[in-house]
Amino acid sequence: MIHVPDENGRFGKFGGRFVPETLMNALLELEEAYLHYSKDAQFQEEVRYLLHKYSGRPTSLYYAERLSEHLGGAKIYLKREDLNHTGAHKINNTIGQGLLAKRMGKSKIIAETGAGQHGVASATVAALLGLECKVFMGEEDMKRQQLNVFRMQLLGSEVVPVLSGTRTLKDACNETLRYWVSHVDDTYYILGSVTGPHPYPMMVRDFQRIIGDEAREQIVMDEGRLPDYVVAAVGGGSNAMGIFYPFIGDESVKLLGVEAAGRGVETEEHAATMTKGRHGVFQGSLSYVLQDEHGQVQPAHSISAGLDYPGIGPEHAYLKDSGRAEYVPITDAEALEALQLLSRTEGIIPALESSHAIAQTMKLAPTLDKDKVIVVSLSGRGDKDVEAIMGYLGGTPNESH
Amino acid sequence: MNLIDNVFAKLKSEGRTALIPFLTIGDPDLATSVTMLKTLEDAGADMIELGVPYSDPLADGPVIQRASERALRNRITLVDCIHVAEQAREAGVKLPFILFTYFNPVLQYGLDRFFELVRSKGISGLIIPDLPIEEDEEVRALAEAADVHLIPLVAPTSKDRVVRISRKARGFVYCVSSLGVTGVRADFHSGIDDFLATVREATDLPIAVGFGISSREQVERFEKQVDGVVVGSAIVRTIENALPLLADAARREEGLRKIGDFVSQLRG
Repeated sequence: MIHVPDENGRFGKFGGRFVPETLMNALLELEEAYLHYSKDAQFQEEVRYLLHKYSGRPTSLYYAERLSEHLGGAKIYLKREDLNHTGAHKINNTIGQGLLAKRMGKSKIIAETGAGQHGVASATVAALLGLECKVFMGEEDMKRQQLNVFRMQLLGSEVVPVLSGTRTLKDACNETLRYWVSHVDDTYYILGSVTGPHPYPMMVRDFQRIIGDEAREQIVMDEGRLPDYVVAAVGGGSNAMGIFYPFIGDESVKLLGVEAAGRGVETEEHAATMTKGRHGVFQGSLSYVLQDEHGQVQPAHSISAGLDYPGIGPEHAYLKDSGRAEYVPITDAEALEALQLLSRTEGIIPALESSHAIAQTMKLAPTLDKDKVIVVSLSGRGDKDVEAIMGYLGGTPNESH
Repeated sequence: MNLIDNVFAKLKSEGRTALIPFLTIGDPDLATSVTMLKTLEDAGADMIELGVPYSDPLADGPVIQRASERALRNRITLVDCIHVAEQAREAGVKLPFILFTYFNPVLQYGLDRFFELVRSKGISGLIIPDLPIEEDEEVRALAEAADVHLIPLVAPTSKDRVVRISRKARGFVYCVSSLGVTGVRADFHSGIDDFLATVREATDLPIAVGFGISSREQVERFEKQVDGVVVGSAIVRTIENALPLLADAARREEGLRKIGDFVSQLRG
């Protein structure tokens, strides 16, 4: 197993802590607390207990027989993160960080959200643990995801509209960091992906690796061997990092990250950070970034709000440049097609994010023999997207972005 | 000798504190920025921070964010900002220029090329707010070689980092007055005086205070404790308010005068 990040939060050249000095002490304190509690048996037991009793883990690894037959190639297994409480993998991380916030004596948490999934998962944990919670959400996203806004409010959280910049996830992240700078004394920032400054990429990976730890054990149980491929969608990259990480040392297992190509990587409207981005510093770490030639970060586009982000976690950049993982783009149209196929063949409506991983699987499976095995991270369920999908499929002009 | 050192030495002998205004370059346009640098000098500024507009200004509050957005609509680049310094120099501005830029535009331009350019265009200092000491080794070495002062930020939360940061500082140490982003505010961090005393003790370099200072009273509050006071958002807001005037050829002078007057009264 590789040992990254190093003590400076570097995954090879990627990662680090590119933040204003006003935040450095908070990050160092967080790192210290995390390193301490990650070795604390009682803390780990508390995390395990809530993941099990509250969120319903372990999630099942389900053999999608009809989908496999339909595609006529490899056997496809779905890691059912959609069966988690709140409907996605996001809660794995918010349970961990919420408990850490409590241990650190913080009474308030803040979080950023795009589509609202991480916001809902944070609001949920805040209610569960009795913490005050503010969720920062771009004004544009609030309009598009009114139901999730109400859901967070119902859970007792305040949703703070972000009016700066693009008024979407990118600027919600900026605004959350800015707020944190002013309130570091009593406030804990639950960052939702494997992005941002150290220690977040490492910590969120560690809280999400349960996806891969379970999947690895389950596939060995069911198939008696490791899979040939692990496929997951990447925006910031937390579900992908979570499922990839325990397989990194298994050289025979190919890791495939699927990013959002939006209207096509040849257009201006995509979120294909790996395919079209360059190395750069964005929101606290060095990674791949969608940017113009002058280093200004460019807005992203995807039908899926969760993938609609111009950055990606630094460990993914490290996996890409070292050749350990491969990253491929899937368009809005391909994702929609995959969503419908999975709905019809398996009775599972996947989230638009996860539909990107399914779409790549649709391309991959038919090229492989029937004795090959693909594990796909089904990171979330599609309930939140049904209204938008109705717009797209009904032919009404519905803009995801 | 670096121009920043000269100015601080001269002010010290006169018993004065440096007034260091900040403005976002390219707001509203490059030519006006050149003119405004002259205006600020005439109004009593001692050195000037040139803010490079950036798409994701993490350390900045709404006023400077808006100025950045306006400048970026004009597609202002890092190189444009450096050229503004050069043109202002050619137009007779003598003050030291400090470039304030986030790291990514510098990284994309290329570190070696960047330092070649700033050296040749008369930039004396550099502030990169998202480059803490843990990440600045390469930049610091290049800055040193180019005789450009890499000016670090220290915050009330920096605690035992203050000594480590100050030891590596060049030019002056920039003390952040309060926890938060740039922007006008009524109150400073409650431990501000102790904090400034700690920084003073940690370094022989001049120290300056900034973030949230917007009035003559606030400048005065700090004058006895520090060698320099940075005023940013209050000036950028004054420029924002003067935009309609600056856009009108007949009233442009009036707009510039408003900006100059604001800086003069800060000087006291």
